[in-house]
Amino acid sequence: MAHLHEAPTSHFDQYSLGAAYDEMFGGDGQPREHYRSLFERLCDMSIAELQQRQYAADRAFLNQGITFTVYGDDEGTEKIFPYDLLPRIIPAHEWDVLERGLKQRITALNLFIKDVYHDGHILRDRVVPRELIRSCKHYRRQMEGVRVPHDIYVAVVGTDLIRMPDGSFAVLEDNLRVPSGVSYMLANRQVMKQVFPRLVQTSLVRPNDHYGQTLLSTLRALAPRGRQDPNIVVLTPGVYNSAYFEHAFLARAMGVTLVEGRDLLVHNNYLYMRDTSGLRRVDVIYRRVDDDFLDPMHFRKDSQLGIAGLLNVYRSGNVGLANAIGTGIADDKAIYAFVPQIIKYYLDEDAIIHNVETYLCSDDKHLDHVLTNIERLVVKAVGESGGYGMLIGEQSTKAQCDDFRDRVRADPRNYIAQPTIQLSTAPCFVDGRVEARHVDLRPYILYGDDVQIVPGGLTRVALKRGSLVVNSSQGGGSKDTWVLQ
Amino acid sequence: MLSRVADSLYWLSRYLERAEHATRQIDVQLHLMLDQTPDAARARWTRVLKSLNARPDDVEPFDLIQRMTFDPTEASSIINCIAAARENARQLREHISSEMWEQLNRLFLQLREAKMEDTWRTEPHTLFVSIKEGIHLFQGITDSTMNYNEGYQFIQVGRYIERAGAVARLLDVHFGGLAHPHGGYSHDSLEWIGLLKSCTAFEAYCKVYTADVHPDAIAEFLILNPEFPHSLAFAVDRIRASLLTIADQTESRKGRSVNRLAGRLAAMVDYGQVDEIFDAGIHHYLDDVARNCVYVHDAVFRAYIYYDVVQEFAD
Repeated sequence: MAHLHEAPTSHFDQYSLGAAYDEMFGGDGQPREHYRSLFERLCDMSIAELQQRQYAADRAFLNQGITFTVYGDDEGTEKIFPYDLLPRIIPAHEWDVLERGLKQRITALNLFIKDVYHDGHILRDRVVPRELIRSCKHYRRQMEGVRVPHDIYVAVVGTDLIRMPDGSFAVLEDNLRVPSGVSYMLANRQVMKQVFPRLVQTSLVRPNDHYGQTLLSTLRALAPRGRQDPNIVVLTPGVYNSAYFEHAFLARAMGVTLVEGRDLLVHNNYLYMRDTSGLRRVDVIYRRVDDDFLDPMHFRKDSQLGIAGLLNVYRSGNVGLANAIGTGIADDKAIYAFVPQIIKYYLDEDAIIHNVETYLCSDDKHLDHVLTNIERLVVKAVGESGGYGMLIGEQSTKAQCDDFRDRVRADPRNYIAQPTIQLSTAPCFVDGRVEARHVDLRPYILYGDDVQIVPGGLTRVALKRGSLVVNSSQGGGSKDTWVLQ
Repeated sequence: MLSRVADSLYWLSRYLERAEHATRQIDVQLHLMLDQTPDAARARWTRVLKSLNARPDDVEPFDLIQRMTFDPTEASSIINCIAAARENARQLREHISSEMWEQLNRLFLQLREAKMEDTWRTEPHTLFVSIKEGIHLFQGITDSTMNYNEGYQFIQVGRYIERAGAVARLLDVHFGGLAHPHGGYSHDSLEWIGLLKSCTAFEAYCKVYTADVHPDAIAEFLILNPEFPHSLAFAVDRIRASLLTIADQTESRKGRSVNRLAGRLAAMVDYGQVDEIFDAGIHHYLDDVARNCVYVHDAVFRAYIYYDVVQEFAD
């Protein structure tokens, strides 16, 4: 482990470069070109000054109510999502590649979902095994043969990218159902502009605050034909949902109504909301409620969050949904392994952003490999997200590994495994010092009239030293993400 | 505005008004009993409980205050009213200012942390004053930070419907069942001062009628004075004005039936004469006012909140 000898200030005393790619420093211990001005600025500042700005940033989050609710607490305590002061910087040429790669991937996955719910060419041609589709818990047979507006299934996507030790980006996960976190991306920038105004200006950072307008125009594209001035709403499970802040934030950013299932009703295959002035037709729902809870007539009968009859309205083409129902078929972690082939099949192109090597436990040869090498692998349940249902072999006890071996053996289709990857590290301000922490990147992709990506995304940070898990539910934080002009 | 939002704003406001009213009743009687004989005090506690729609048992002050302030199983206890107001506000975070939410949350937490034993041992009065002030602060914050939109009007409607109902009930337990003045009311002027004080009306009354407390003058003041904010006349005017604004803003035809009922309620009070009211029987009159408040409430819900969907499509 090499330490930085050249660093002219004590802030970086504890900054260690390991096997991972470091976003700020090259192998020679010198700051990379696009990080140079931040580096110099940091060297000019005292620790006390940095601490003061961290404090100002934390206050700003609390005062603006940018918080998430902690489950199981009846006092309504709200916590701020830990924010790291130092921005993560992506140079223009790297972003250009990511942008092209993400557009390619989303376009192909959207075509894939459409194909699966209609003719199933890709299954007949045996590019993706039919068995994987049939056994996917997010497959919704109710969507078979349903035409969705403009064939757009995935209007809002958050793709998790990581940077490999060789410096290339790879996709770790596609989130095609209800990706969250975009409000933090926007709030992080707002706070950054308050605490480092000059640095943001002189660095020529690409703005991201048009996300609200872009999301609105994306949703507008999903309106039923002939609806000139569509009534668009954001559907939230309610105030007790941990992401309620984000739902309210996005409704406000777009200037649309935030509704709950109980505000909506179906009549004659049209959807209405109960307003004090009477019933108003609803044309597009940006829904932040999972498929299972959307319509108690067709999905979970016990759901209190949905609208009875919504699926029929949707099937009749009288309402647009973002995202469509059943898109989870394409972010199943086993299907993920086939995405390069899916891109090749529909677009006849090679994937611009690669996948991480993945072992499907449903494949006997792969299963043997996983069971033998579980200590060196990361094992994940295919339908889970948020860092739940996974095992990092290297950081687990023998008992935990054995437990996962049993689980995998009992239900191989439900598990995949990947090598343990050292995510790249970026400088973070922790405990009064600048230290390296592992990060990932979740850009948000919008697919309406065309595919648009607001520059940047949410950089999530594993705040515990050495930890590779960035999920907020597992002690992660986030930082502002700059794409340079 | 979503019907659900209007519903929550209305109830937020009603529950808070109810809490304020109960707080004042208890506080005033707590003071008054220091000067009363035990029998007179018990009689008035019973009246207070009746006017608050609470069981009229447990008139030992410690138990009664414990129950009416802190007991979550007593539906009309102060803690319950404030908790219900807060619960409504919680569903409304996007529609009220953050200052409003913070004040209500603070008030709730303050009351939840207070203990009966400590309150009783020290000075119960300070707790009740701070609850009242907390609610007044919330109303002031509302007036100075919230948009004066439809939602604000629903807050006003909730507040004044609750107030009109509560004042009518309070008057009824003091005048009801008793005949015309000559038939004889309580000669205990403390009783009447207590009534005025529990409507924050003592000083305001004195400015109009001097410190001579006459039951019929008190009735006239608390029912018919259009300038005093805790009178029936004031409340029904506010109800009518806010409902007219709501009907305008929603451009809803259904608003007409609401406005007609609110107008009838206002007319009952605006054009009343105190001697006529007594002649015809004040109990019946107050009962009528209270009943008409309920009619207005029902009409508001039928027109703006739980309207019939089938009817909606038939229109």
